[in-house]
Amino acid sequence: MRLVAPLAAVAATALLSACGNNSNPNQYGPNPTLPGPHRGLLPTMKIASPAGWGDQRPEVPAGYTITAIATDLKIPRQTLVLPNGDILVAEGRGGGEPKLTPKDFVASKLKAQGTSPVKGGNRLTLLRDANGDGVYETRTVFAENLNAPYGLALVGNTLYVADQDALLRFDYRNGQTRASGPPVVVTPLPSAVNHHWTKSLAASPDGRFLYVGIGSNSNITERGMNVETDRAMVWQVDATTGAHRQYATGIRNPTALAIQPVTGQLWAVVNERDEIGPNLVPDYLTSVREGGFYGWPWSYWGQHVDNRVRPQNPAKVASAVVPDYGLGSHVAALGVAFSAPAMGTRFADGVFVGEHGSWNRTPPSGYRVIFVPFTNGRPSGPPIDFVTNFMGKDGKTRGRPVGVTVDPKGALIVADDLSNTIWRVTPVRR
Amino acid sequence: MADERDPVARARLHPVHAFLLAGCVPLFLGALLSDWAYSSTYEIQWTNFASWLLVGALVLAGFALLWALIDLLRADRSWRGRPLVYFLVLLAAWIIGFINALVHAEDAWAKMPEALILSTIVAILALVATWLAFSTWRRGEVK
Repeated sequence: MRLVAPLAAVAATALLSACGNNSNPNQYGPNPTLPGPHRGLLPTMKIASPAGWGDQRPEVPAGYTITAIATDLKIPRQTLVLPNGDILVAEGRGGGEPKLTPKDFVASKLKAQGTSPVKGGNRLTLLRDANGDGVYETRTVFAENLNAPYGLALVGNTLYVADQDALLRFDYRNGQTRASGPPVVVTPLPSAVNHHWTKSLAASPDGRFLYVGIGSNSNITERGMNVETDRAMVWQVDATTGAHRQYATGIRNPTALAIQPVTGQLWAVVNERDEIGPNLVPDYLTSVREGGFYGWPWSYWGQHVDNRVRPQNPAKVASAVVPDYGLGSHVAALGVAFSAPAMGTRFADGVFVGEHGSWNRTPPSGYRVIFVPFTNGRPSGPPIDFVTNFMGKDGKTRGRPVGVTVDPKGALIVADDLSNTIWRVTPVRR
Repeated sequence: MADERDPVARARLHPVHAFLLAGCVPLFLGALLSDWAYSSTYEIQWTNFASWLLVGALVLAGFALLWALIDLLRADRSWRGRPLVYFLVLLAAWIIGFINALVHAEDAWAKMPEALILSTIVAILALVATWLAFSTWRRGEVK
């Protein structure tokens, strides 16, 4: 008995400290506050509690309106606005990694509570507003029988789609509502295990290269280093030959990529590691440096060593690049898009970021779309809320933003994979 | 409810109870050896093995614990000394083993060195509990 009492006390302390001090330090911008790593005996989990929208709506700034332009989709993730204004929606749910440890069984059950029960569509849906009244009256299935499509890019008459296991190519004619044939495989993509399965995509301005974001195969190497070959990196794929090289590495989960207008610079939003505290590690927005190493798994935010990784690698840690802009911890940034003047003066220069929302933090973070203002091509201030109320004041979650896309005519398209809706935010026209 | 069996029958560990108790020992021991292998090689599969061996050990030890508790409640008041010690040691093994399972859920090296230390303590406690249970009854100590 003498043994039991002190151990129970230790356990209780560990449990308490796991849910203890969760004040929100400032983690926005180039120099986020980084507390020391910490984890209680049980990891903090605060799973979203889903509810229908009812008469509620996402909230947008004054002078803007939001409408649902498509509902009852099958897990919409990323969208693409085509030259004629049609919107393509990638729908699917990938992953399905084998459960390796007792923890995997427990955690997967819990996390599933915070997501939609709908089966992924594995298809591309096309939405059309023929008369420009903001109502997308036509809806067709552009392509189906895909494998968890996610990243989308159009180069001239070629539509590129990143499935969870391959980069595909469709021929595309302006005005087409259905693909004229099955896709051609440009290159297979790393898909063994596929812990972080989403393959984000962007095309270089000249269309010669495609950039594919490939997430790590674990939180922090708990599946071993062997399965991390060709993971946590951005590939540069030759559009003609399908050959690839590693463009940037150590970038844990680059969930969305975007090319900056004018400069042609590649940017990414990246999801960082879990289970070292509610305020570690901030997800980030960064310009992706060619050849840059961003730390994963050995370190985070530059040279902050992660002691959970063995063997350690001081040489790699020393070479790690510090990301440009912190977005806050566990917000789960899954979408990024550069704005356009048609979005209104206040939101003309900068990027929109879709934040899916946390599952391991109290209070929850994310569950919104933010705007990061830019000046002279660089982030220049704290983020501004653009779409909120996905998690209501009652604690219920009605939507979870994923991909964001700017329609150059002046609209932000937001994919919501919880309520299976596409939202469209526009400045109020006078 | 008093045990109506004669002292010798009462003193013998039920075969299923014996299986549950003895079965958890190599599982706890296997977890310890797997932890040691992970800590010395960084090969992640060893810690996966350790996590599952611990779960198996906790299942067997859990049922053995339940059995021990029932035996304890059914024993004569004057006869509870050894069974009580046995029960408490096994209880300690189970509780620390459960904490150890939570520690094993920490990713990669985050569980070290706590996992190895706890596995060592638990393996020793399981061995002591088994020793107490079998030696008591084998020698047929009656009062």
